[in-house]
Amino acid sequence: MSNPNEKYVPKSLYPTKTKLTITLALVGIIGFYLISSIQTESFIVNFFLKIGNVTELVGRFFPPDWSYAQQVWSKLFETIHMAIISSTIATLISIPFCLLTARNITTNKYLYNTMRFILNIIRTVPDIVLAVVFVGLFGIGVFSGIIALIIFAIGILVKLMSETIESIDMNPSEAIKASGGNTLQIIWYAVVPQVLPQFISFGLYVFEVNIRASVVLGLVGAGGVGQLINTQINFLNYPAVMTIVIIIFVVVVIIDYISSKLREGLV
Amino acid sequence: MKANIPAKPKNNLKLVKRLISVIAIIAIYVWTFASVNIEWSKIFSMRTIENFDRIIPRFFDPAFQETGSIMLKMIETVFIAYTGSLAAAIIAIPLAFLCASNIVKSRIVNQIGMWILGAVRAFPEVLLAIIFVAAVGPNPFAGVLAISVGSTGMLGKLYSEVIESIDMKIIESLESSGANKLQILFYGIFPQVLPEFLSYAIYRFEIDVRASSVLGVVGAGGIGTLITFAYLNRNWEEVGMILLVIIVVVTIIDQISSFIRKRLV
Amino acid sequence: MIEFKNLSLTYPNGTQGLKNINIKINKGEFVVIVGLSGAGKSTFIRSINRLVTPTAGELHVEGEDILQYKGRDLRELRKKIGMIFQSYNLVHRSTVLKNVIAGRLGYTSTLRSIFNMYPTEDIELAYENLKRVNIENKLYSRADELSGGQQQRVSIARVLTQQPNVILADEPVASLDPPTSHQVMTYLKQINREDNITTIVNLHFIDMAMEYADRIIGMRDGEVVYDGPASKVNEGTFEEIYGRSIREEDMRGGKEDVES
Ligand SMILES: Nc1ncnc2c1ncn2[C@@H]1O[C@H](COP(=O)(O)OP(=O)(O)OP(=O)(O)O)[C@@H](O)[C@H]1O
Ligand SMILES: [Mg+2]
Repeated sequence: MSNPNEKYVPKSLYPTKTKLTITLALVGIIGFYLISSIQTESFIVNFFLKIGNVTELVGRFFPPDWSYAQQVWSKLFETIHMAIISSTIATLISIPFCLLTARNITTNKYLYNTMRFILNIIRTVPDIVLAVVFVGLFGIGVFSGIIALIIFAIGILVKLMSETIESIDMNPSEAIKASGGNTLQIIWYAVVPQVLPQFISFGLYVFEVNIRASVVLGLVGAGGVGQLINTQINFLNYPAVMTIVIIIFVVVVIIDYISSKLREGLV
Repeated sequence: MKANIPAKPKNNLKLVKRLISVIAIIAIYVWTFASVNIEWSKIFSMRTIENFDRIIPRFFDPAFQETGSIMLKMIETVFIAYTGSLAAAIIAIPLAFLCASNIVKSRIVNQIGMWILGAVRAFPEVLLAIIFVAAVGPNPFAGVLAISVGSTGMLGKLYSEVIESIDMKIIESLESSGANKLQILFYGIFPQVLPEFLSYAIYRFEIDVRASSVLGVVGAGGIGTLITFAYLNRNWEEVGMILLVIIVVVTIIDQISSFIRKRLV
Repeated sequence: MIEFKNLSLTYPNGTQGLKNINIKINKGEFVVIVGLSGAGKSTFIRSINRLVTPTAGELHVEGEDILQYKGRDLRELRKKIGMIFQSYNLVHRSTVLKNVIAGRLGYTSTLRSIFNMYPTEDIELAYENLKRVNIENKLYSRADELSGGQQQRVSIARVLTQQPNVILADEPVASLDPPTSHQVMTYLKQINREDNITTIVNLHFIDMAMEYADRIIGMRDGEVVYDGPASKVNEGTFEEIYGRSIREEDMRGGKEDVES
């Protein structure tokens, strides 16, 4: 078929198939962007159309009402307490579950797959829906928020923890097994030392996540500093909102900093 | 009885440190449990039992007749997440280069870049949404802004880590063959980092779908708006249906996203 | 005494790890098993402490068939059989002493072992054994701070702390350099002589096999193709076992470095 006199010259730097895939992908990405940005009124021009509002915005929020800070502290501590309690309890609850969702520990396929399935579902539930349901069940207050945060955190933790367990070195457990240790001794001597620092680190990470999440929960009455935001927005008291926002920001920065230093020390 | 072996070498500094941290941890927990205000009598009361009887059956009897309107809002949620993530995926690139110490050799610039990204990450997305709702009104655009700013913080950090791990030998060889800065960027750096950038951006999109389901609570569009209404009206059938839709849509998106990400790497 | 009677092992995927093995190993012998990769050396050794379970035949340890053992019996068996691994298998984050005391787990109740409540004699025993392999000064170091040779010595101390009747070693020197390899083999040999512990070692270096073994068992494709005293073995024997001529990589060398 091919003419022996014709020299083969590659037409392009990339094979045709690659080019086609990339082009299709780009068309898809941009096409979907056009649809979604127009639907959400956030096409690039919108930025310029609405940029005028920014000055007005600054005027509305500033200066922050610092006298309001007095009322923030107690609710802020409530947020921190909620995060501490829920992260601690969630970490403890997650331990048995992460063993059940680690392929190298739970060798029973059905059990493993069922547990995985349940956890994947839990992880799709937004924190706000959990809060709404528990506030409905237990009434407005810290307790509902804590329960919501615990479940939310378990979803995150079990995934991280089971991945850690799946990546451990199984050699030491074999050595303990060969010397006559029972299952509990194997876990305690060969698995726990390998994963403990990671687990504590995840606990701290979830604490950071929970601090942020508990801001949301307050909006629907599940305790913490979010409740204040809700009231102040309803009163259209934007300087007070700004005060809360700034305080939360500073606290989150401090907590993230301390927690990340602690985590560095662990691993 | 003490075993007849050499005693563990005492490291006083370590011991003191450990003692202090143990005391600190105990103090934090004591403070927490002493001051947290849970009204147990209210929680374990007849009313809670009544609530369970009333809410749970309704919750598990989702309002299928609302499927259409809920789906529409969920699609809006996905749109918000997509627009926001895409914007963030692009805005984060220049910021990431500023933070990467192997590209920009000025430590001060690196530090400033890191600082900006860190500050953005510290803002819970709802707070961003509150601010943007005030600025541009209660509509999906506010949600898009909140999502894109929030995601830029995380993507910028992840991107810069990717850039810092690239193979610099390729850059050197391009340099020595006389390529200019832009050519190096396109031939030496992008091919190394783009697949991972894309993978992180898609991963962030997964997170953003979840995040934008929440933002409606403060008026920034998406399915969160319906959650608030259903909650205020105590319409538990609708809450159940909303949750069902979220679970299904998020699961589908997670599956697609992890499929694409596996093929990328 | 360990006795293989018509012992075979087929892995779940159909691979025949062992084919009809008949071997008797006497108390106090130092046996080296040689063979190419995949010959079944590990399978042979791991059958003895039932890390793998043979599928046919009988395997007697001190007169009892161990193939039916489960649970408690199995742990009792393993308690009396120490095992040394190619990759040392220490818990990296734990101290040397904690790794060595793990040899007592089979003797210690779960509750006691979780709270580290070991009898004083056990701790002293662990320390004595560290002394025997000259690593007692690393007592409180973390295991991952040690070199490969040091880690292997710690794992020997762990096995000694088990007070075993038998020591199994699966390629104990494959990850070590020549001088360190000889050091580790010398310790194993010394322990075998002094404590009269039956020792079975997998090696694929023929010079080391000849140097340290009392008896050499050659394996190929899951079968025993040679069995005889080390004194009667020469390079020709190995060429028979391996089914090919001897190459440089079959030698460890480095004995001179140790003595100099
Ligand atoms: N868990 C297993 N499942 C299936 N087949 C296995 C398993 N373990 C070993 N085998 C097979 O059994 C045969 C003998 O393996 P074995 O590990 O005993 O060899 P070996 O002589 O120790 O080799 P090496 O020197 O490489 O360690 C090999 O063909 C191997 O592929
Ligand atoms: Mg082997």
